[in-house]
Amino acid sequence: MPISYYLILAFTLFTIGVVGVLVRRNAIIVFMSIELMLNAVNLLLVAFSKMHHAGVYAANKASTVGTDAQLFVFFIMVVAAVEVSVGLAIIVMLYRNTHSVDINFLNRLKN
Amino acid sequence: MNLVQIIFWFLSALAVIAAIMVLVSKNPIYSVLWLIVVFFAISGHYILMNAQFLAIVNLIVYAGAIMVLFLFVVMLMNVNTETDPQRSLFTKLVGVISGGCFLMIVISLIKQAGELNTKDVLMSGGNIGLIETLGKVLFKDYLVPFEISSILFLSAMVGAVVIGKKESKIEN
Repeated sequence: MPISYYLILAFTLFTIGVVGVLVRRNAIIVFMSIELMLNAVNLLLVAFSKMHHAGVYAANKASTVGTDAQLFVFFIMVVAAVEVSVGLAIIVMLYRNTHSVDINFLNRLKN
Repeated sequence: MNLVQIIFWFLSALAVIAAIMVLVSKNPIYSVLWLIVVFFAISGHYILMNAQFLAIVNLIVYAGAIMVLFLFVVMLMNVNTETDPQRSLFTKLVGVISGGCFLMIVISLIKQAGELNTKDVLMSGGNIGLIETLGKVLFKDYLVPFEISSILFLSAMVGAVVIGKKESKIEN
């Protein structure tokens, strides 16, 4: 498949994530939109690693060019898992204090 | 149109439609379930690109662990359709239009990028996505970041417990 198809698909998913952050006020949905953006980036990283590998693959079938990008995806998943656990703890704390998941309540952090 | 292309278009359409449904759904539980569909579609893309390790890790970590955590939180909070806070129609319209403008600009840029349009993604061949290749590089070249990520997990675990504690216990 051409790399431009993957680019357009990943950017479409990323844009849906951005729109989700802009239009929803439910903190959980906003958080899920951020996960969607992370996954779009992961998909693009894997596609680029396979594109980079395709150039070397024709000459050397056993080359490992492009492995680093897939490990970056692995580390992004690690960081995403950490981020989710802390972020959901913050949302639970927000809900316990305000009995709502409205992100506009977070304005009160400044007082 | 061969089989790989048919699967590609099916998975792409599934991912985009499910991602839109995440935002459109009024009930947060349906949003979580649609997001799981997105993750399955993306895992399908990984399998299509022969990145088997990442496909399995994506399913286990995202669809298995993270989304179950989301479901727990949604059910714990008892957020239903009536209490769901909504933005005004004007703000929604502005968000969708600005997102559409961003997407339009990026797609026109991709169309103009001459070098990208000649490159192809290697679909089924290559062994860089296999667990053997990735494991060798992970434990040889990326050993220090791997160990540091375990400390990151430990700190996140402690942080989540400290944040999630009841206020009264902290005051005591």
